[in-house]
Amino acid sequence: MTATRMRIGCGAGFAGDRVTPAVDLIERGGLDVVVLECLGERTVALAQARRLTGTGPGYDPLLARRMKALLGPLHRHGTRLVTNAGSADPLGAARMVAGLTRAAGVPLRVAAVLGDDVTDLIDPASPAWEDGRPLEAHGEIVSAGAYIGADALLPALETDAQVILTGRMADPSLFLGPLMHAFGWADTDLDLLARGTVVGHLLECAGQVSGGYFAGPGPTSVPRLADLGYPLAEVDPDGGAVLTKTPGTGGRVDRHTVVEQLTYEVIDPRAYLTPDVAADLTTVGVHDLGGDRVRVSGARGRPRPAELKVSVGYRAGFRGEAEIGYAGRDARARARLAAEVVRERLSGVVPRLRADLIGVDALYGGPVSDGEGPYECRLRVAGIGPDRETAEAVAEEVGALYTCGPAGGGGVRSSVTEVIGVVSTGVPREAVTTRVEVVGDEGRDVGTR
Amino acid sequence: MRVRLYDVAHSRSGDKGNLTTLSLIPYDPAWYPALCASVTAEAVAEHLSWRVTGEVVRHRMDNVGALVFVCRRADEDTVTTSLYLDAHGKSLSSALLELCVQVEHPAD
Repeated sequence: MTATRMRIGCGAGFAGDRVTPAVDLIERGGLDVVVLECLGERTVALAQARRLTGTGPGYDPLLARRMKALLGPLHRHGTRLVTNAGSADPLGAARMVAGLTRAAGVPLRVAAVLGDDVTDLIDPASPAWEDGRPLEAHGEIVSAGAYIGADALLPALETDAQVILTGRMADPSLFLGPLMHAFGWADTDLDLLARGTVVGHLLECAGQVSGGYFAGPGPTSVPRLADLGYPLAEVDPDGGAVLTKTPGTGGRVDRHTVVEQLTYEVIDPRAYLTPDVAADLTTVGVHDLGGDRVRVSGARGRPRPAELKVSVGYRAGFRGEAEIGYAGRDARARARLAAEVVRERLSGVVPRLRADLIGVDALYGGPVSDGEGPYECRLRVAGIGPDRETAEAVAEEVGALYTCGPAGGGGVRSSVTEVIGVVSTGVPREAVTTRVEVVGDEGRDVGTR
Repeated sequence: MRVRLYDVAHSRSGDKGNLTTLSLIPYDPAWYPALCASVTAEAVAEHLSWRVTGEVVRHRMDNVGALVFVCRRADEDTVTTSLYLDAHGKSLSSALLELCVQVEHPAD
């Protein structure tokens, strides 16, 4: 059965995103499908590290809280949910969510898409795409996740599962899969795949297309930002779509917010690469219809890359980071003196070290901060070394500024964290086999659509 | 005339590995040709050289009136391994908008 129009929304654009706008989107968006995009480049590696060290789940730690809030609305409205929050352990995540559905008395079936973990498939001696050095030369490898595409999602959509959890599926594929499934798009119709990919790309960061991360004074002002509504697309069978947001919410969807998201994290506009297609973003038409509605149409596609991109996580040492604040008319001078003192004391101890004056040059190198000194100035020192002890030296030396540094420093804060670096490589598509596993409360009558 | 990009355009920064992407989108599409003529990859590379240590590639998106700059940072300056306070480089969009350029034929 082929749908005539599909309503697909995005209820999370990163792992730490807000929960209530997704509830509102499902309750009032009239959605067929809601997607939660919860993985960044580094998130699978961090999840894998958590799992390896037993310090937490291999899936998104916020997933349980998110799902507890969404299960009721999903069930009431018959909306299907697709999310990559399965991270390094989609099956574990699916089992956890199935447990939540039982506890809540909400009979939803849950599926997991597996096979993106390619740790056993990559050659550690092969070069990283970024710098050509062997992957293993960067540090001990902790994870390798292949960006899998919509073709891996389709078998899960064929099941009656209402909640589908994936690991490292490419962000736009989370949206393209449901569109291919609803409209019966063939994987050979590259223009349709490109249009679905554009819809996914525009939605994948959730509030970033509806006024979030856009707002400022003047021409970038956004109405009622605190009540930012999350986006949805009304998609036609030819791949044309109208972008809008939950009715009655704050935010704005217009040509400016849509074009800013269309260009976001695009390395080559003529070939926006996903596991599904190479979408030509220079062929996209964007038409502002007014009233928080923008029509997006016309993208053209070319064949997908032969290889799947793989994000490889490696142990990159430990970061020590510490801050101390100074006040008064020579605050900047004393903060600078403190920076020099710490640099000298850590010379030869921490191999990579950086000192910033927050409010002066921490974000933008200082060229626009040449005027009067600020009343307050905060020194920040960050260093990365091979082990925890080295990184702790940063915190210790900034702490020691209390008695051994310039006058009047206060409010020391410090942290030491393990660093997981990420580099990329590729694997042949044929080498990666994905599969779907459905879990859930078998004894119940499962409502599906 | 001399124009500060902040006064005529908006920008968003994104990151992939050690690459920063910066969009530049004029509020008024009539400014797009002037920005294409004046905001070169070289000008952006020079302006952001304290952080962008590698090359800058500029892409035109005439269909939506936007420029995209892809800027290479140091190998170790990635979101997880960077020593910068803003490890993503999210604030580079604001830095880009501080750039002043000479515009020969501004939009009226």
